[in-house]
Amino acid sequence: MPEPHTAVDEAVVDRTPADTFAAPIGITSAVPDTGRAEAEAAKRGIRRRMPKLTLKLASGLVLVVGITLFGIIAPFFTQSPTFSGNPSLQPPSADHWLGTTKLGYDVFAQLAQGTRGSLLIGIVAGSIALVLSVLFGVLAGYLGNWSDEILSLVTNIMLVIPGLPLVMVIATYVPGRSWLLVAIVLGITAWAGPAVVLRAQSRSLRAREYVAASRVAGERAHRVILVEILPNLLPLLTAQFLFAIIFAILGEAGLSYLGLGPTGSITWGTMLNDAQTGQAIGTGAWWWFVPPGLMIALLGAGLSLINFSIDEIINPKLRIAPEYTRRVRKAAREGRGVAVEGSIA
Amino acid sequence: MKFYARRITIYLVTLWATISLNFLLPRLMPGDPAEILIAKMQRAGEVSETTIRNIRLILGSGSDVPLWEQYLGYWGRLLHGDLGISVTKYPTPVTELIANALPWTLVLVGLSTVIAFVLGIGIGAWVGWRRGTWVDHLVPGTTVLQSIPYFWLALILVAVFAVNLRWFPIFGGYDVFAFPSGPEPTLAFLSDAIYHGILPAITIVLSSVGGWLFGMRNMMVATLSEDYIITAEAKGLRPGRILRAYASRNAAIPSIAGFSITLGFVVAGSIVMEQVFTYPGVGKLMFQAVQNNDYALMQGVFLVITITVLAANFLMDLVYGFIDPRARHNA
Repeated sequence: MPEPHTAVDEAVVDRTPADTFAAPIGITSAVPDTGRAEAEAAKRGIRRRMPKLTLKLASGLVLVVGITLFGIIAPFFTQSPTFSGNPSLQPPSADHWLGTTKLGYDVFAQLAQGTRGSLLIGIVAGSIALVLSVLFGVLAGYLGNWSDEILSLVTNIMLVIPGLPLVMVIATYVPGRSWLLVAIVLGITAWAGPAVVLRAQSRSLRAREYVAASRVAGERAHRVILVEILPNLLPLLTAQFLFAIIFAILGEAGLSYLGLGPTGSITWGTMLNDAQTGQAIGTGAWWWFVPPGLMIALLGAGLSLINFSIDEIINPKLRIAPEYTRRVRKAAREGRGVAVEGSIA
Repeated sequence: MKFYARRITIYLVTLWATISLNFLLPRLMPGDPAEILIAKMQRAGEVSETTIRNIRLILGSGSDVPLWEQYLGYWGRLLHGDLGISVTKYPTPVTELIANALPWTLVLVGLSTVIAFVLGIGIGAWVGWRRGTWVDHLVPGTTVLQSIPYFWLALILVAVFAVNLRWFPIFGGYDVFAFPSGPEPTLAFLSDAIYHGILPAITIVLSSVGGWLFGMRNMMVATLSEDYIITAEAKGLRPGRILRAYASRNAAIPSIAGFSITLGFVVAGSIVMEQVFTYPGVGKLMFQAVQNNDYALMQGVFLVITITVLAANFLMDLVYGFIDPRARHNA
């Protein structure tokens, strides 16, 4: 097995035992003549794949949907984020919910517009990273041989080149940066990590019987990848997409803070940059620099909470093991368990 | 041995790609960065012939030398340790500026990363061991820490502990008034540098510990349901021994293998964070270079950051090959 990421491969393969993928959606639902019982079983199978609505998932969804709606709707109801007729550096009040900046901009209006800008950059960059990681990861894992060698080499190079410094270098050479350009640059520097994981996964999926069956049946490579492999990677891809969004938003915030962000757009990052150049810290204008960072942290927390639930689908051990130990402990407490003092808690 | 040969090949190719990227980027960009920069500098004041020549040499424009000859010349200068002259601090060589800044970042980011890694792996192992108890509820909290931008956390820490409480200095790597002649090898200077480094270090540790902790906890939970753990329990081994020798060692492997992914985030975060603290490291140097269109300095800093990251990754590969024989033999 001539490749460098043995342990990652093994770890990832370990984390996804065969039973997770035992009933690929493509196959179970494609057979038309199954009995009712089997159809119901298939439906149950799909439901089992959907995350259970736990407190974690619910609060994650509330945070993410709430922030997204705020970014979509709120800018229509606030004053213009670049209206400078307000008194400057006002603390929060009834007129200005989050106070005003040094130039008299309303922080709430800026935050609403910035939410829109940051989300847009995050989603575009996340999508680009997703497409590239599928291209490099899944293709490398599925095709194997020399295509794998080349694709993996590119992936490994992109993995070790420090991303943000590279983005900084590129951004400096381009004088007028649109938000789209920033999103594209962030996207093309962020796909390597996910691609490594996807490659390992595709390699292990490739060895499964149903993929082999489909190949023996004479299906072409693109069909095997689209129909047999990608659907089974869906939970993983979702998790990676959500992470890519938050990392792109973090990256944009860092770039903007250094003054290398999109010109002419308002994002959470440009707000923080304004706050820094406007001496918000020295003058104690906390209402200026706390809200944008807090929004980033809240969105990140929301996306991570959703990812927790996806993680528990990808890796059933994460859900089953804690449940099992809880059950053992309860049984022991009721005096009917076999667990004794000194066993694993 | 093949494992190390492959890794070294990847690092060499990466190094070559980075250097070539440094060379090609300004030449591929739309417009002419050299002319834009020279025009910008001429607007600000008189520009000497040497500076113009320097800029053209780095950015490659206005000359009729073919591209591959420029490329060879670029390598030649690089191999002689010549990274060019800084425009920001004219006429200091870029290598000298970087040599002064690098130790600050290396010590700060290096130490903080080691602390965060050890803390994260240790606490992660314990939290995974205590799976199914109240400790599980702490796990989502770690990801909140992870999604906070480094520099924003730094801003908050400065606002609270430096500006309001006045426990720590607001900026700098050492007290420039107490040591006007720069760093000196005395105990007083060392303690002053440590005092200035506490807040930046706390920022890095707080922001990066969550990632290690979370990854380790999940691997721990997965490892603990392996058959060999049950066998170990059935043999009647002490829980402490199972935790240390059986579970943690195996669960820690992916964290070490995935070190490079996480290190990238730490380096990126630290560069921006240094700006908040005006810490005299390479992050601040990079920022100055970007602000002043100092391309030679910028390319030099980017190169040095890449080499450092590659070195850290190689170090981790050595550790990894040492603790996991499979990596050495199967590779």
